[in-house]
Amino acid sequence: MTDTQTPFPPERGGLLLLDLDGSGAHPAAWRLDPAGPARSLLPQRLRETVLAAESAGFHAATFSDGPTPRNPSAAAHLDALQRAAFAAPVTRSLALIPEVDTVYTEPFHVGTQLASLDYVSLGRAGWLVAASADAAAAAAVGREHVAAPALADEAADAIEVSRRLWDSWEDDAVIRDVPSGRYLDVDKLHYADFAGRNYSVKGPAIIPRPPQGQLPVLAPAGLLAPEQVAAGAVDGLLLSAPAPGLLAAEVTAARAQNQPRVAGGPALIVELDIVLDARGQSASDRLAALDAYTPWQETRARFTGTAAELADLLAELLLVTDGVRLHPAVLDVELEELARLVLPALRLRGLLAPIHPDATFREQLGLSRPPSRYADAVTRATTAVPSTRGANA
Amino acid sequence: MSEQTEPATTFVPSGRLQLGVFFQGVNSGTVWKAAESGSQTDFESFRRIAQTAERGLFAAFFLGEGLRLREHLGRPHALDVAGRPDAQTMLAALAAITSRIGLVATQNTTYNDPADLAHRLSTLDLLSGGRAAWNVVTTDNAWTGANFRRGGYLDHADRYRHAEAFVQTAKEIWDSWDEGALAASGTDETWVDRAALRPIHHNGRHYTVDYLPRLPRSPQHHPVLFQAGDSPEGRNFAARQADVIFSAHPQYDDALQFRSDIVARTVAAGRGANDVKIMPASEFILGATSKEAQDKKAWVRSLQIGPQQAIAYLEQFWGRELSAYDPDGPLPDIDPVVEETSETRGSGFHGAKARELASTWRSEAAEKGLTIRQFVSARTSRGDATFTGSYTEVADRLQQYAVTGAVDGFNISPWLIPTGLDDIVNHLVPALQERGVYPTEYEGSTLRDNLGLANPARLPTLSPASA
Repeated sequence: MTDTQTPFPPERGGLLLLDLDGSGAHPAAWRLDPAGPARSLLPQRLRETVLAAESAGFHAATFSDGPTPRNPSAAAHLDALQRAAFAAPVTRSLALIPEVDTVYTEPFHVGTQLASLDYVSLGRAGWLVAASADAAAAAAVGREHVAAPALADEAADAIEVSRRLWDSWEDDAVIRDVPSGRYLDVDKLHYADFAGRNYSVKGPAIIPRPPQGQLPVLAPAGLLAPEQVAAGAVDGLLLSAPAPGLLAAEVTAARAQNQPRVAGGPALIVELDIVLDARGQSASDRLAALDAYTPWQETRARFTGTAAELADLLAELLLVTDGVRLHPAVLDVELEELARLVLPALRLRGLLAPIHPDATFREQLGLSRPPSRYADAVTRATTAVPSTRGANA
Repeated sequence: MSEQTEPATTFVPSGRLQLGVFFQGVNSGTVWKAAESGSQTDFESFRRIAQTAERGLFAAFFLGEGLRLREHLGRPHALDVAGRPDAQTMLAALAAITSRIGLVATQNTTYNDPADLAHRLSTLDLLSGGRAAWNVVTTDNAWTGANFRRGGYLDHADRYRHAEAFVQTAKEIWDSWDEGALAASGTDETWVDRAALRPIHHNGRHYTVDYLPRLPRSPQHHPVLFQAGDSPEGRNFAARQADVIFSAHPQYDDALQFRSDIVARTVAAGRGANDVKIMPASEFILGATSKEAQDKKAWVRSLQIGPQQAIAYLEQFWGRELSAYDPDGPLPDIDPVVEETSETRGSGFHGAKARELASTWRSEAAEKGLTIRQFVSARTSRGDATFTGSYTEVADRLQQYAVTGAVDGFNISPWLIPTGLDDIVNHLVPALQERGVYPTEYEGSTLRDNLGLANPARLPTLSPASA
């Protein structure tokens, strides 16, 4: 990648991401959702939630997905990419990051859909890459089940397809040149010519280059092979640890493994489940009440405590990471406390990146807008668009 | 909404018209050379068109689908507007800033998976409060397939059988949640009652689905189904499956004939004579006076088909460069180099017998004394789909369609983005309202409400589809 990177630690502060899944991350969240169990499928609810997240001062919202969710509280599920698209025109600064599978989807459609999300959000789109390991997901589309380690290759191939498609129209491909009658400069359009392990994609994209040029791509650490990450496949990694106290060490280890950000290494974002004291109840009582219905079995680090304690933990984490993604036990309840107490405290300490309305997600991550990889390709007016196979980030 | 009555065998005109708008994105009909021509991809253009249409009480906002960028003589086609967003992504965004207009996504059955597509359409239907529609299209060529995992796999002859099995599976998915599957209160046993869900199993020739659907029915039960195929096979498919035909028969006599053909096929398929709505593709060129509209039409046509487009249009069929020919002279005297027009893709013309076509066109142009540019302009402007005149003249013409039920409405392709609906909404809509043939408010909140379509009853048996 040829981007100009922000040196770490970022002087501008870290990012806070909020996952908006169903009634919350706890499997029993639907039971204690103040809005009632069925409301998580209503458009009004989605509108209110993204507005609440934006006005609380979150930098980004993630939208989980998957054909067979683990979380029973999200067993009924609206498509993540469309939820993000719906959120776009009602928000101004919130980056919108849907989780989109790479194994059982069409890479050409995914690349087009994400580019379209970038258009409707005016450059606030990101992509949380998933690679479904679920046999039910394979059965839904009548495909052979793909298991690790092939999942890493499926994800890497799909990312490469999208990245090539996003570059396949150079920024100035639409010329609207009346004297020559040309709407497009065909020399600025390029075939993706992706030939992968299991499929090929010709291109070019059916949509011009997205506003950000390249959408930021995030992936859970460990999904991709280290050499794929080193080659610049992703812009951010999501790191997990079994307990909050282990997250900083996880970040340190990841930093040692990856290129530094100044050299194009990925942003490191840690995952944290949270349960807070709220509405006159202690966090541990609330968790016990939820767990009495369905135990919360989750491999992510979990914080249980007061808003002030969470602010202290996040303050520590934001000194070592580029961002933290929060998974609230019960979305509406936790979000209220986060907005009222936690984010204001962090902002006061100068630990959060400032929010600029209309900033792109790349700008939030400190990434410049890259030129198309094909921009320097030799183009000849008299022949077909030259093959660009082998061109890479 | 009665769901159990016997299907009506006699067609009864509603006496009303509906309007839809088709934001095309890829075509020669959209003028990009005028000073007022705006972006084809900026969200603001889509917002402007959708909100103007909703102000004009339009029933539907319609988007096409791109699967491969059009090519001309082996390179991307340069002369027309091109580049458009994914339909459902754009419509989901528009759902947030509109409240009544229907949102129609063109999606093909060949390069989508039924479970995935049905789920995404369910999402759009729920996010829009029951305003989603699916324009079902089929594709079969390997050229398009080069962008997809399976490549070209479907024979042309199989495309409707495949599409129908696909649509049937989608309907089963939309029907798979019984009422009350979702918990009403936090003390219910589970959030989703698995016993109220029917898993979908389909084992067909072209695809296999083994799927537990993830969403309840929307307020309109199923997305509305649009269909545009005009072959006898396509018409029968529409008669069995579709709610609305996006037809190619806008001219009055032709429209009447098409209506009676569709009514006959619909009744033969066991559905009611009024169950399938017809909305032809159309273009409107309006002015305060007849003269103003005619002048505008000449201007629009000159911008739609410039000299380069005229030559390029013929090159599609000749399969060779014709840049040496004068656009203001007669049609080329040389023959096409290909029997099938395989060199040009994505414009829907391949498969025509090029040589035969060329000679027919040459004599037609010679007979009428048309230059290349005039001939191409006449061919591409779909003159029969254009309503030109003053607001009152056009309103009078449309009134006749409404009264006899020749059509249920028109799906308008604006020739200008994003202001192309302004005069229609500001002038034509009020003129139609004065004549009592156009709604003065939205009938309801769902697209089915607004099109006068009943919510579909649940499929009586979930029998496996037959392809």
